[in-house]
Amino acid sequence: MAKKGKLRRAVKEEDGCQLQNAGEAAAPVKQTAENAEKENMEKRASEKGTPCIRISHLVKQYGEKTAVNDLNLTIRRGEVFGLLGPNGAGKTTTILMLLGLTEPTSGSATICGLDCERHPLEVKSIVGYLPDNTGFYSDMTGRQNLRFTGRLNGMDGPELEERIDHLLERVGMTKAADQKAGTYSKGMRQRLGIADVLIKDPEIIVMDEPTLGIDPEGMRELLQLIRELSVEDGRTILISSHQLHQIQQVCDRVGIFVEGKLIASGTLEELEEHVWKDGSYLLEVGVHPCDDKLLGMLYQQPGVQKIDKEGDKFIITSKTDLRGTLTGFLGENGYTVLHLHQRGGDLDEIYRRYFEKAGQSDERNEFENRKKHGFRRRKQSED
Amino acid sequence: MDSGEENRVRINGATGRKALFRKELADHLKSKRFLLLLILIGSTSYASLYGALTGLSDAIASDSNFIFLKLYTQGGNSIPSFMSFIALLGPIVGLALGFDAINSERAAGTLNRLVSQPIYRDSIIIGKFLAGTAVIASIVYTMGIALGAVGVLCTGLKPSGEEVLRILVFLTFTVIYIAFWLAISILFSVVCRHAATSALASIAVWLFFAIFMSLVASIVANAVYPVNDQYNAMVNSLSNYTLEMNLNRISPYYLYSEAVSTIMNPSVRSVNVVTMDQLVGAISGYLSLGQSLLLVWPHLTGLAALMLVAFGGSYIGFMRQEVRTN
Repeated sequence: MAKKGKLRRAVKEEDGCQLQNAGEAAAPVKQTAENAEKENMEKRASEKGTPCIRISHLVKQYGEKTAVNDLNLTIRRGEVFGLLGPNGAGKTTTILMLLGLTEPTSGSATICGLDCERHPLEVKSIVGYLPDNTGFYSDMTGRQNLRFTGRLNGMDGPELEERIDHLLERVGMTKAADQKAGTYSKGMRQRLGIADVLIKDPEIIVMDEPTLGIDPEGMRELLQLIRELSVEDGRTILISSHQLHQIQQVCDRVGIFVEGKLIASGTLEELEEHVWKDGSYLLEVGVHPCDDKLLGMLYQQPGVQKIDKEGDKFIITSKTDLRGTLTGFLGENGYTVLHLHQRGGDLDEIYRRYFEKAGQSDERNEFENRKKHGFRRRKQSED
Repeated sequence: MDSGEENRVRINGATGRKALFRKELADHLKSKRFLLLLILIGSTSYASLYGALTGLSDAIASDSNFIFLKLYTQGGNSIPSFMSFIALLGPIVGLALGFDAINSERAAGTLNRLVSQPIYRDSIIIGKFLAGTAVIASIVYTMGIALGAVGVLCTGLKPSGEEVLRILVFLTFTVIYIAFWLAISILFSVVCRHAATSALASIAVWLFFAIFMSLVASIVANAVYPVNDQYNAMVNSLSNYTLEMNLNRISPYYLYSEAVSTIMNPSVRSVNVVTMDQLVGAISGYLSLGQSLLLVWPHLTGLAALMLVAFGGSYIGFMRQEVRTN
């Protein structure tokens, strides 16, 4: 313990010297601060692609319940990784373990070679965490809130002020910076939250449900900012979410997380390939008029395996690509095709498929299953 | 170690603690709550001073030594003394400063942002406790000294060196006493999810100790050592009284009152029962400050221990608690 303390102090002194030298060499503080950030950026760029977060056999149990079950995952430097899963899948628990805020029951996680459980302070100094319901001290202004975070990170004085100004500008909060944080809207809080995370110039940013409750315009800006943080700054970003469309737009790789288990991970293309291995096609059809007679007729088409009804659309599972034959058939029988879409390729579908595979059964799925059986029975009777 | 680590070593526990302490202190001092407390304590202080001034001439007639201390201990016109006001209302200050320390941060979502910063987790609760104690100390010393100053102006009395020391010891006791209540309220703010619940719970504890503890103590003492008939009264009265007093001393309210009345009244020679035997040959006189302190040293350690136990409880509770809000 004592030895470690001494070592840290020694390094700190050295660090102090460096700072002093830098101050003597380049006069304006502004330049040094920006240079430091640029240097970090360059360093990050050079290290891109090497493993950064490693999670191995991570388990977390709350009493009887297993929140995270034998999780293995490697995230590379500079990539945007999306952790997808329904509510209660263990995403937040995993993130808390990464930050050393919760002790894993077994297994380990390292960030840049640092054990998250043993060196939480070092880990937290390079990881920025944006919690799902980021809160700010409501009787302090946005700027004061950021200043406080900066001080907690050991910054102070003009260097900190300059950094705050820079970040406020970056997230587009300069105008509102001197209002009380209690008056901010959800979107503004989110942007301030990102500035707050960036104060410490983190290598890794972890965002827990960042897209929750943001309006479409705010969402667009947020996603663009995430892209910037990844591409321009070269930061590694881990996003947990259950909102697939947004994630799809920014993530390099995604992991699908169900009931504490990572059931798949990879790029979108990889996941897609994996899903379509069983070789069935999904076709969304919306027609007018939409009647039961049509359903029976559709079942008689060659290759049709299963038909589900979602709203006013049929979802047809088949072995072959039905689009050509089906349009002809519908036209001949006097139906108007309102909607025709071959599913697949989007995360929504991949996600759904994986859920089916993992045997995820919540009430809604059960309800849908009942519906499916209903359709099947009808088909038999008509046969 | 990773190369990115080196320029981050500026982080250590002390930086975070200092920043937290500063922020908490600023929060307290700027809050309306602090202003209200100041008005409450200020007005009661001056009311008690008014009472003391009206009752002063009678008090001087009976005992003309240590008159300056009487400004703090003497009531009059049915207004309680500063000492008893503080014993009763001091807890309110402590409770008001701490009852939402942790749970409001949790509710506002600032706690998980705070714990994800490179600071030790205990810095948060230590910073809060120390900032609260600093606020308490500033209120208590300011009020105590201001009261004395106004007393000097009104009466023209000059405090002797010993009187000044006794007053400072009294104020120090008061700070520890109120810090105990701060620790209790922080404990409840860790345990209870809602600020309202923790406020109610800590007020309940305060009322229990201030009002009901003495009733409970006498009931228990009477049950254990009955004094209902002449024989029992003869045999049991000493044990009965001792038990009742010891039970009462569990209450920080009683402990504090006993200690400060000993400190502020040099003629108090014992805090326990004294038999006629023991008084034979005793020369009536005043105790020196050192002797008075010796008399209440157990009270001081007891109060400090209670405070540390309460804070220790909240510390452990906070460290073991899950960070997540849902």
